[in-house]
Amino acid sequence: MTSVSLARELTATARAAEGPRDRFYWLRKRLESALIPLVALLAAAAAFSLFLLCLGKSPADFFSLIWRGAFGSAFSLQNTLQRASPLLLTALCVALPAQLGLVVIGGEGAVVLGGLAAAAIAPLISALPPICVQIVMAIAGCAIGALWIGLIGLMRARRSLNETIVSLLMAYIAIAIFNHIVEGPLRDPASLNKPSTRDINEINMLGHLPGTDVHPGLLIGILACIFFYVLIYRTSFGFACRVTGGNLRAAQLQGLPVAWLVVIACALGGACAGLAGMIEVAAVHGKANASLAAGYGYAGILIAFLARQNPLGILPMALLLGGITAAGGIVQRRMGLPDATVLVLQGMIFIAILASETLYGRIAWFQPRKSA
Amino acid sequence: MSGGALSTLAIATLAGALRVSTPFLFVSLGECLTEKSGRINLGNEGVLVLGAMTAYAASYHTGSPWLGVLVAASCGGLLGGLHAGLCSLTRINDIAMGIAIMLAGTGLAFFFGKPYVQPSAPLLPPLPLGFWSDSPQIRSALDVSPLFFVGVLVGIFMTWAFQNTRSGMVVRIVGDSADAARAMGLRINLVRLAATAAGSALAGVGGAFLSLVYPGSWNEGLSSGQGLIAVALVVFARWDPLACTGAALLFGAAGALGPSLQSVGVMQGYYLFNAAPYVLTLILMFIAVAPGRRMRGAPGELSIVR
Repeated sequence: MTSVSLARELTATARAAEGPRDRFYWLRKRLESALIPLVALLAAAAAFSLFLLCLGKSPADFFSLIWRGAFGSAFSLQNTLQRASPLLLTALCVALPAQLGLVVIGGEGAVVLGGLAAAAIAPLISALPPICVQIVMAIAGCAIGALWIGLIGLMRARRSLNETIVSLLMAYIAIAIFNHIVEGPLRDPASLNKPSTRDINEINMLGHLPGTDVHPGLLIGILACIFFYVLIYRTSFGFACRVTGGNLRAAQLQGLPVAWLVVIACALGGACAGLAGMIEVAAVHGKANASLAAGYGYAGILIAFLARQNPLGILPMALLLGGITAAGGIVQRRMGLPDATVLVLQGMIFIAILASETLYGRIAWFQPRKSA
Repeated sequence: MSGGALSTLAIATLAGALRVSTPFLFVSLGECLTEKSGRINLGNEGVLVLGAMTAYAASYHTGSPWLGVLVAASCGGLLGGLHAGLCSLTRINDIAMGIAIMLAGTGLAFFFGKPYVQPSAPLLPPLPLGFWSDSPQIRSALDVSPLFFVGVLVGIFMTWAFQNTRSGMVVRIVGDSADAARAMGLRINLVRLAATAAGSALAGVGGAFLSLVYPGSWNEGLSSGQGLIAVALVVFARWDPLACTGAALLFGAAGALGPSLQSVGVMQGYYLFNAAPYVLTLILMFIAVAPGRRMRGAPGELSIVR
């Protein structure tokens, strides 16, 4: 995927250098990458409507309820944003290594360990002012996440172990370590039914963005997406990553430090996922427990692929997915459909968008033209 | 620990291993078949859940658990066919598509499975292999499901078929080198479609075991990621169906060790025991893989070993 888009970018640059033959190619290229996902979304919506019609339910009712439940009121919009914010960061954990052609699917491990590190360190430094506690918690979450996914990168770079399988294994190992620590050494004796670590204390919680019920994790996630967009598309580090992802041999021949790029990209992605865990602890739960392993890491894979690994593309896709999840409750109550309805819709969207990948470069109208 | 506690532990672990390993066995054999044809299917996790639901529903409505197993296999085959069909389009990432299929399969299972959480369906009766013993513990431990033996037979058959039949060879060629397969005039996408659909049908049977044998009910928390773990298990078994059988037993025993230890009063390290199979797989990969060299037995076309 990356290799193709990079190659096309290079071809386009080369063509541009030849002369002003196809002045609107850049516009059609943008249109292609906006229209194809839109068509895929419509196809998924059509397939889902058919599904609903077969069950004797009205698709129009369903989609208007989804709209109302996701974006219709201030309350539902805030609910959507709340659900989207951890996904921004966990999607980055997939999208950053993907620039190098790596498929890392173990973000969940970094999320739970990052949250655990944050929850574990807070009681030790409770004497400090809240802002310092929060910063230390964020650093702890980032560090452990970076270490965990960076280790996967190291195994890939040094030992040629497949990062997909290793990250999957490491996610299960991380969750086992997490459960062991939360139910053992760090368990708050007061948490009887649901083993948890000690509270991080109310004053150390992250609070809300002014005028809303949304926690600052949303802002952090948006800033991270913008930051990594600039890093990938506007810096030489990002260019080196994309060259490596496009053609490994070429990158090696250029003398790029491929092994280091792999480790750094993985570590940066892991830091994002670890931060997502820290924010869940510091803004939502106030402690680390099983609620932390809520599948944000896995949903992040979905969003990163929907966004075609582009950090800015993550923003609308996380919003879309967060919205669909947020509207699940109202659909369940009003239409008498099971709560898994949104899961079916998500599955259809994911399949349609991934299948639409095959359309890129196939439609002649979007392609560069010889002469005008 | 006394001798009595030790034998209790051994029996509990054995019983647990036989029960816990069967879904692993079916999913890993299915995954092994799919990967031998050169494609990976993470969607088998969704197939497992959908298989569990459809098997339970079919058994509830028809009263025949074996029919349930058949329905689960067919549904699995359909979902696997969808995965293979979409992956045969150009530039589709089979890993990502697998996750999408997993989501869709799980979603469909939860959607249609809601009415079946409460009612109880007829389950598959076990074979009472412990009839010779007076000890009720041994008798209940040796109540082995016939599906376990079906799985072992499928594993033996697959090993034989990969070596000795034309279709087995065709699957291996397609999985090892698409160029060679093309030169021989084999229809690569068709072979992969068949292998993936058959593999997912096996995974569906694994799901049927979950709902119709052990734990023997349908609910949304039924699968604990067996479909994904199977991917690691196949690597662990180095794409050898017989080794998959052994590895499934090992993973089952490791999974059963924690609860068994708890039953004799050892509470420490319960979760760490659960992680044992993953650590083991990781160590094995560390030993088996070296830069510039492929793992022995790995299909050359498989995206995850290149």
